[in-house]
Amino acid sequence: MDIKVNVRESEGDAYVVDLTGEIDVYTSPKVKDAITELIDQEHYNLVINLEKVRYIDSTGLGVLIGGLKRVREHGGSVNLVCTNPQIKKIFDITGLVKIFGIFDDEQSAMKALV
Amino acid sequence: MSATHALEVSSHGIVELKIPGRAEWVAVARLAVAAVASRLRFSVDEIEDIKLAIAEACTNTIQAAGGEDAGVIEIVCDAREDELRVTVRDQNAGLHLESVKPGGLDEGRTEELGVFLIRALMDSVEYTSDPRRGTELVMAKRVTA
Repeated sequence: MDIKVNVRESEGDAYVVDLTGEIDVYTSPKVKDAITELIDQEHYNLVINLEKVRYIDSTGLGVLIGGLKRVREHGGSVNLVCTNPQIKKIFDITGLVKIFGIFDDEQSAMKALV
Repeated sequence: MSATHALEVSSHGIVELKIPGRAEWVAVARLAVAAVASRLRFSVDEIEDIKLAIAEACTNTIQAAGGEDAGVIEIVCDAREDELRVTVRDQNAGLHLESVKPGGLDEGRTEELGVFLIRALMDSVEYTSDPRRGTELVMAKRVTA
């Protein structure tokens, strides 16, 4: 079980974090490191692409929430791309759909940042 | 003998698993329990629910140990005709489920997300914690198909 993290610059000041694999208690520190590094570099508008994530647990959700809290302190935002019904369901039952912008594709997520 | 006989496979059984209480082993627990759940008439979505709940219970144990080695985590799956009952047992104090109320979470309560998910995804959850005997979480999901 592993997670692949790819960070790329997008339009304007926005960055996209592509995640592939499973996010759990073992792999979530790697995701946290990538998001923390971006924020430390003063990039506060992020799209996190979960399209290729097969599984996420509470530690993964915690990393995303932590990132969102930090960017909001600087007037930024985190939008998610998520099409997996099971993962959408997790965001739904935890109420996190009200906190994150969740989109079906990267273009929509990016457009909603600005 | 030319008669054919349908192969009858009982889904009832008990499967026991012990994993090291470390983060890298949680995936083994959730995959093993998913394999047991697939013996029952659960849907794919329900098996995903069970996987996540068991993983959250194991993660809870590891977090309660400060993210370090939580000793041995024992997982017992009791597969019945109409229900899967999973016990997750450890020797630690654990988090307190009583403090987690249903009804959504805000951003400041991420440490309780796992417990919230267990409650939301399983049909019943029983929790006991004893400083001398450790923590035991018994979760059940009924087969509805």
